[in-house]
Amino acid sequence: MTTTIITTAPGRSAGGTTKAAGVDGPRLFNRLCATCLTLFALIWLVPFFWALATSLRSDGSITQHPTSPFAGGWSFHAYSYAWDHYPIGWWYLNSLVISLLAVVFTVGFCSMAGFALAFLRFRGRGVIIALVTAGLMLPTEALVLPQFIEYRSLHLLGTYWALVLPSIAAPVSVFVFHAFFRGIPTPLIEAARIDGASWWRVYASVCMPISRPAAATVAILTFINSWNAFLWPLLVLNQTKSQTIPVGLASLVNNSNIQYAEVMASSVLGFLPLIAVFLVFQRQITQGIATTGIR
Amino acid sequence: MTTAVATRSVPEPVADTAPDRPADSGRRAGLLLSAPFLIVYLLFLVGPLVVGIVLSFFNTTTVKSGLGGWVGLSNYTKVCRDPLFWDAMWHSVLFTLFTTPPLVVLALAAAVLASRMRRGRVFYRIAFFAPYVVPSSVVALIFLWMYTPQVGLFTKVFSGLGLPVPDFIGSTSGGWTAVTLMTLWWTFGFNFVLYTAALQDIPTDVYEAAAIDGAGPWQQIRTITVPLLAPTTSLVLILQILASLKVFDQIYLLLGGGPNQSTRPVIEYIYDTGFTSYRGGYGAAATMVYFVIIVAVSAAWYGLRRWRAADTAAPAGTAA
Repeated sequence: MTTTIITTAPGRSAGGTTKAAGVDGPRLFNRLCATCLTLFALIWLVPFFWALATSLRSDGSITQHPTSPFAGGWSFHAYSYAWDHYPIGWWYLNSLVISLLAVVFTVGFCSMAGFALAFLRFRGRGVIIALVTAGLMLPTEALVLPQFIEYRSLHLLGTYWALVLPSIAAPVSVFVFHAFFRGIPTPLIEAARIDGASWWRVYASVCMPISRPAAATVAILTFINSWNAFLWPLLVLNQTKSQTIPVGLASLVNNSNIQYAEVMASSVLGFLPLIAVFLVFQRQITQGIATTGIR
Repeated sequence: MTTAVATRSVPEPVADTAPDRPADSGRRAGLLLSAPFLIVYLLFLVGPLVVGIVLSFFNTTTVKSGLGGWVGLSNYTKVCRDPLFWDAMWHSVLFTLFTTPPLVVLALAAAVLASRMRRGRVFYRIAFFAPYVVPSSVVALIFLWMYTPQVGLFTKVFSGLGLPVPDFIGSTSGGWTAVTLMTLWWTFGFNFVLYTAALQDIPTDVYEAAAIDGAGPWQQIRTITVPLLAPTTSLVLILQILASLKVFDQIYLLLGGGPNQSTRPVIEYIYDTGFTSYRGGYGAAATMVYFVIIVAVSAAWYGLRRWRAADTAAPAGTAA
């Protein structure tokens, strides 16, 4: 379609007629693309709605009419069942405490390190930068077994710290802060220093207040990563009540379980808080993913 | 803000020495400010690597503390001769081969199309990226329900389209299909977001110039957008390969590595040797072999990128 327009275009001297002829092809093309993409996006949302619809039905009507989500009426019965039979409240609490501790310490420690690497010339700075850069390539998920043995010998297994410490040690967060701090004009820092501010004050009252975007990126990504961590919490937390949401819900994964509505109600409870966080911060989250991924 | 309370005590002494010797204070402040992170980093990120290297030379068990006896390189020779290890390695590679092409190509296509839309970009971003923030076990629960024989949504769709319905959980090929579809849904948004960010950096006047020259939308995509995205494609490709080689959650949750360990990936092999047969030293040796492979893949990519960057003759269009 488009190629014919292009071959005829040089032959005509008047620009207006080619434009009028050319509008139709691209417009059709764009409309076709929009339809395809929207269809694709709607398909992507189906699992969420399917889980939601299933969770509101009764197990009997699900097995009888599996593909008609409105058959048999809707109720919240499965949710009260799931809440009563699984310690979901505890799982929420554990996930929340662990993720918040991880966020607080990651933002604190990594911003301090990022500040030092960006503004201060000190012995060992080059070594630290090299070490942290090398750490970016380290596949930490592969090292769970030695990690487990190390944590056991430090008596950290079964504690919240066992889950908080690995996310503080993530080198990406330091790089996010480092990159942001380097964008701060040095005259600002020098002015604060001439006014007699200590380096700690420069960090805490000059740099941190203006680095809210970097802090938000690190905080949100750390929160999501530590909330969703699976393998490491699975190894570290062995008491049912001390588990996090992903590990606790994993115990429901069983293909002989025919309590479809109850299981789906639990998984809706599992994805709801994160989807809420995502919908509120979707711009920051996707920007954060883009900047940390491209690095 | 909250962190100020937790960490205030550490760098306080800097304030006293600051006015008299600025260079010296900078040095000390630098060390003090980077110390908290550095200690955690060395102990808990570099630490496991060192522990792993040490353990791989001992016959440590996972059930009791202590190193056990020195066995030299025998763990490594056993790992390299263990067909189960190489089977597991092959399963991770197979998973990478199944998931990488669709995740890169579809993400590129969707991002290019979405960037051409004037409206609904936020909707596309939410639809595609939302699954990525959901925990893997929740994704597994939802997909397991959709894969259920007779009543599951996938089963219904497959039979509705006249396709043979695979045994999603009980057979090897069905299991790979199930895991691939689930991974596609779950992680697609990540690559989509990377591509979308890269597309925003392409200046619009390039397109305007092309449109004036009479290039249609398809030609613009093929001759401008895709070639300009070549560096991003290379990045997305390596990130995807590395992520796919590290697969554990999806296969463990959905299939348990089964049927008959025919889909078990390396990380699950290490998990099994360490936490089911309690062979810590042996598992550590397997970890190190796998670790070297991963690092070699990323080092090869860095090397290749350097080489490509140095080779100025390489045209940008080759990555399409």
